[in-house]
Amino acid sequence: MDISLLPLIFFVLMCLSVLLYAILDGYDLGVGMLMPGNNEAQRNRMIASIGPFWDANETWLVLAIGLLLIAFPEAYNHVLEHLYLPVLAMLIGLILRGVSFDFRAKALPERKLLWDRLFKLGSFVAALSQGYMLGRYMTGFADGALPLAFALISALCVTAAYAYVGGAWLIMKCEGELQRRALWWTRRSGWLMALGVILVCTVNLLHYPDVYQRWLENPKGLLLLPIPIVCMILFFISDRIMRQMPFPNDEMAWLPFFSAVSIFMLCFTGIGFSFFPYVIPGQMDIWQAASANESLAFLFYGAVFVIPAILFYTAFAYRVFWGKATELEYY
Amino acid sequence: MIDTLILSRIQFATNISFHILFPAITIGLCWLLLYFKIRHDFSDNPVWMRMYRFWVKIFALSFALGVVSGITMSFQFGTNWPGYMKTVGNIAGPLLGYEVLTAFFMEATFLGIMLFGIKRVPAWLHTLSTAFVAIGTSLSAFWIIALNSWMQTPQGFDMRDGVAHAVDWFEIIFNPSMPYRLAHVLLASGLTAAFLVAGISAYRILRGDTKRAPALALKTATILAAVLVPVQVFVGDLHGLNTLEHQPQKIAAMEGVWETDTGVPLLLFAIPDEASRSNHFEIALPRLASLILTHDADGEVKGLNDFVGEHPPVAPVFFSFRVMVGIGLLMGLVAFTGVYQILRNKHFSNLYLKAALCMTFSGWVATLAGWYVTEIGRQPYLVSGVLTTSDAVTQIPPENVGFSLIVYLLVYLGLLIAYIKTLFYMARKSILIEEYEPGKEDKGHPGQPLDQPLKLAAAH
Repeated sequence: MDISLLPLIFFVLMCLSVLLYAILDGYDLGVGMLMPGNNEAQRNRMIASIGPFWDANETWLVLAIGLLLIAFPEAYNHVLEHLYLPVLAMLIGLILRGVSFDFRAKALPERKLLWDRLFKLGSFVAALSQGYMLGRYMTGFADGALPLAFALISALCVTAAYAYVGGAWLIMKCEGELQRRALWWTRRSGWLMALGVILVCTVNLLHYPDVYQRWLENPKGLLLLPIPIVCMILFFISDRIMRQMPFPNDEMAWLPFFSAVSIFMLCFTGIGFSFFPYVIPGQMDIWQAASANESLAFLFYGAVFVIPAILFYTAFAYRVFWGKATELEYY
Repeated sequence: MIDTLILSRIQFATNISFHILFPAITIGLCWLLLYFKIRHDFSDNPVWMRMYRFWVKIFALSFALGVVSGITMSFQFGTNWPGYMKTVGNIAGPLLGYEVLTAFFMEATFLGIMLFGIKRVPAWLHTLSTAFVAIGTSLSAFWIIALNSWMQTPQGFDMRDGVAHAVDWFEIIFNPSMPYRLAHVLLASGLTAAFLVAGISAYRILRGDTKRAPALALKTATILAAVLVPVQVFVGDLHGLNTLEHQPQKIAAMEGVWETDTGVPLLLFAIPDEASRSNHFEIALPRLASLILTHDADGEVKGLNDFVGEHPPVAPVFFSFRVMVGIGLLMGLVAFTGVYQILRNKHFSNLYLKAALCMTFSGWVATLAGWYVTEIGRQPYLVSGVLTTSDAVTQIPPENVGFSLIVYLLVYLGLLIAYIKTLFYMARKSILIEEYEPGKEDKGHPGQPLDQPLKLAAAH
């Protein structure tokens, strides 16, 4: 196998894991953040909609960080040393979210609201810290007021995006009053997300000559123009449809979710294009950071067999729990 | 002066100690659940399903705690131990990668079906999902033990420019201590689960639960423990011999042997003193350590003084080892008493129920003590002979590490209290309800083809 190809393959795999994580745990965390304090039945139904999936969804994060660790150990060290406290915040958030999910149903009834609040808090903390880390990462961990402001905008943007995809998930998986609330939540978070994305893009284009050049001065940039355009079209169509939903027979209830997923993919491709082939923007490319070829090869041969199996049984699990969320019972 | 090194070590120990509590339960408990499920599938006796349903809830809670505390681990290497990935990332990376790919996804995905899918898939597929989760948890143990054992007894690699490069993956995975450590850890998990099941079931019976399920669970767990204890003693002995061969300094610390000697006594108690390099208050059985370690009463055991500067801190290894062995012996005593009562009286005495309740978390104590022996026993190295712990640590200021340590400690303490309280609350709640009534809720469900319940669910 070509020596320089393996790092590229692992980079693509890692990006795919991050994207899948953002979509899958994104909707979980979004649902957590949207939990209303005033309606226990709705909270139960919302949790039921993510119950069978959250654990596997979170595993994509472990795979993503694992691939970074395996394929680009230098970058892994560099990134995590710079993100010591935000990583702590994210981990605590994910811990609270993950355990509250189980404790709420099993602990003393009078503690249920407390665990629900911790669930919501954990989801917020995890989403905000992930957005903050993305912002810090995109600026190459630069210090100063502007990069900090950028990271904060990014935190807001990612949090809104998770709420957007989480709300869209609820529109698809729920019905009645909860679905109507989800429509309202999704549209509001959608506008917040759009504002955040525009801010992030503007700062990126103005502040980073390299990014500016790639998108606006390079003829290849024209080929990429469809990305923002399609994103906007999807966003507006989805928003207009949501304004009129729900339709009879629950038609098109799937549309906001799939449009949100498409927007995630497009934005992600955009970010990828802005920084490729850097693992750490402006500092370290994938070939500089890659670990030894024999180690990558060893894992690659296994991954070729295992990843299709993972995708297969993940699809199977989604098929088993297809349709509207029902009461979550252990039986 | 409290520095980043010691804080990072305490933090890693805190994280890994909290984490291991839950896999120690789930690895063993999942196989026990599979057993309950298969017994039910073949006998249609509802008591097995009642046991399954009660314990699957505890499994779910334990699993969630294991997952979230495990995620923390995969970030710790980078945040606190950059030298680790830098030096041995080529070895550790792929092993961790295989753990995620082959184990984590399998257990996490089938867990959803195992917990919430029983009405949505046919019975055989649900049993199969339970089996996949059990296989996944054990596979996960396989990979992480392979890596941990490689750090203890590394082989199959080359050092080039201060970085380890893999030469032979088979040698790396099946390094000398790996088979013994894996067997020891899996058996420990079986015992931890057995004593948890026995303890909580005894609690239910003591609280007046006269249903059949807790009595049968207690009996099953007691017999399992009585079978596993002798096997564990045998495997532990082999593991000790293996350690003597590859890490004699660890054995010397475990036994408190300072000078290399023949006919070494077994110390039941002592206070090792590194300043004077001797033991105080020894209570010893003559020549027994030589007999156990070399299977010869006059065998030679290497002493710590042969490894000055290269051996672990003696007292923590010495005491942890005694705690582990002591709990193991107590487990054997309790389990054999239980089996004797089953054979002799057909029912358990009140005293036995109380003893089982006291032993509920004995597996945790023994498991932690055992890990302290092997991990502290590897010091001052992180990877034996390759990388010292102090060379691997981060440059992050101690204030940050101290802060994160305090946050972790508070969160983990809260969660541990909540977990234990919830276990006993669930046990009390289960006294009043019947977990499962065949025929009532089940009507029309068992044996349905895969498509039918799916369509039903979709049509709601």
